[in-house]
Amino acid sequence: MSTEGLTHHISSRYNEDLERLRSSVMEMGALVERQLTQAIGGITEPDARVIIRVAQEELLVNQFERSIDEECSRILATRGPTASDLRLIITILKTITDLERIGDEGQKIAAIASRLAVRERPNGRYRELRNLGELVIAMVHDTLDAFARLDTELALEVVRRDRTVDEEYEAIHRQNITFMMEDPRSIRRALDVMWVVRSMERVGDHAKNVCEYLIFLVHGKDVRHTRLEEIEKELHAAKG
Amino acid sequence: MESTVSNMSSGSKITGFPPATDIDTGVIPIRPSGRGMLQLSVDETRRSAALKAPIKARAEGLNFYYGDFKALKDLNMEIREKQVTALIGPSGCGKSTFLRCFNRMHDLTPGSRYEGSITLQPEDMNLVASDVDPIEVRMRIGMVFQKPNPFPKSIYENVAYGLRIRGVRSTLRIQEEVEKALRGAALWDEVRDRLSSSALSLSGGQQQRLCIARALATSPEMLLFDEPTSALDPIATARIEELIAALREQVTVLIVTHNMQQAARVSDYTAFMYLGELIEFDETSRIFTNPGRKATEDYITGRYG
Repeated sequence: MSTEGLTHHISSRYNEDLERLRSSVMEMGALVERQLTQAIGGITEPDARVIIRVAQEELLVNQFERSIDEECSRILATRGPTASDLRLIITILKTITDLERIGDEGQKIAAIASRLAVRERPNGRYRELRNLGELVIAMVHDTLDAFARLDTELALEVVRRDRTVDEEYEAIHRQNITFMMEDPRSIRRALDVMWVVRSMERVGDHAKNVCEYLIFLVHGKDVRHTRLEEIEKELHAAKG
Repeated sequence: MESTVSNMSSGSKITGFPPATDIDTGVIPIRPSGRGMLQLSVDETRRSAALKAPIKARAEGLNFYYGDFKALKDLNMEIREKQVTALIGPSGCGKSTFLRCFNRMHDLTPGSRYEGSITLQPEDMNLVASDVDPIEVRMRIGMVFQKPNPFPKSIYENVAYGLRIRGVRSTLRIQEEVEKALRGAALWDEVRDRLSSSALSLSGGQQQRLCIARALATSPEMLLFDEPTSALDPIATARIEELIAALREQVTVLIVTHNMQQAARVSDYTAFMYLGELIEFDETSRIFTNPGRKATEDYITGRYG
């Protein structure tokens, strides 16, 4: 399946419908990525406007989710899509749910960032949060990139990175437990930090989900709940 | 498969949770039909093995010529017993030609010629061999056409005809068989009070079901359908489709259809043909979600042409 493959129906209106649907998903994805970038930026560069902007964009994201959902239902009802078209619709329906949740996590991060901003900042100035944040932003970015180009190699790459995110999450978790034991006055802040990393870790999971749907879309293989090594083997077989 | 199906429909066992995996097949039955598009395959190969019914007919190296024109090119395909197999493909791809080979409909076409074989199991009889009597073939393999073609006789006589030809003399026996066939074709309740009326007084959909009953009366092993619903409205079409799904309890069905959704709905296996060749043959659920060949994909998604 190639990108060009998506545009050769006998019915040109069907082509246009599917194309429009795909670009809506990309637009929604771009919006979510911006939301997330702003929210995470707000942790290290406190800015009171961030939370408002993120919340405004959330409304837009929700609208996108609803209208894409509706359009998918319409295409299912009127066109009876099959094979790769069917997989595209299924993939989009699932993808927008994960994108919307990434937006939700962004909103949570923004809210906590505004709380952290008014409190005394630790020596590290949340460097570990910035690192993890950059990691998951890149995951979301590359997921959308992979989606646009139907690039399953890149998708697999993102799935692989989820492991690093989980490791980072664990490390920050342990570090914060240490902080809390050393100085009980840091508990409040440490808990907030934990909420942020938890959200970031969830963002990584959602990005990974979308990448798995993408592999399903392109190769017709369901790789959810499958070990990474198995996915790699499946993909290799699909190409071989 | 059967045990899980009965579990699901028994009512008392239905809970809010998905049914447990069938131990034997490794399949979690989502739809009670046991042949749905949405079967979660825990183990792909085991599932295929479990669903494979014995072979009823096998085409091997089948070529067919209309004079110099080679309409079928080296077809190799297996038809599974008591399953519905659909033949799809663009006009002129040879699907109807292939279907007609199964009951020797080409015999009267001048200059036509068969090569290779279609063997009917279990006795391995080659249907297209010149020394096999086409009448015998048609006794075992019935056919239903695009347009309903009842005889201009009573409803009863239409169904009884095949039995009389076969030499059944007992009126009682014929009555029983006629009722059985009409029930089998889901027409009995609509015509039981007017069996002596002309078959031509029935609606198009009823006439088509009458033709199915006529074909069923002689207890064929296989039924061929050549676009059985293309002349019918959506409701009559739905009835015929229901009927075809139910028929797989008793006969092996081979159906040609232009309506791809119909093939997806009624069949267990689908063969995609193009320019006289068999391009892809697989389980219907696979053909319509993830076909193996680009040409199949293009055709079923509407990109052909």
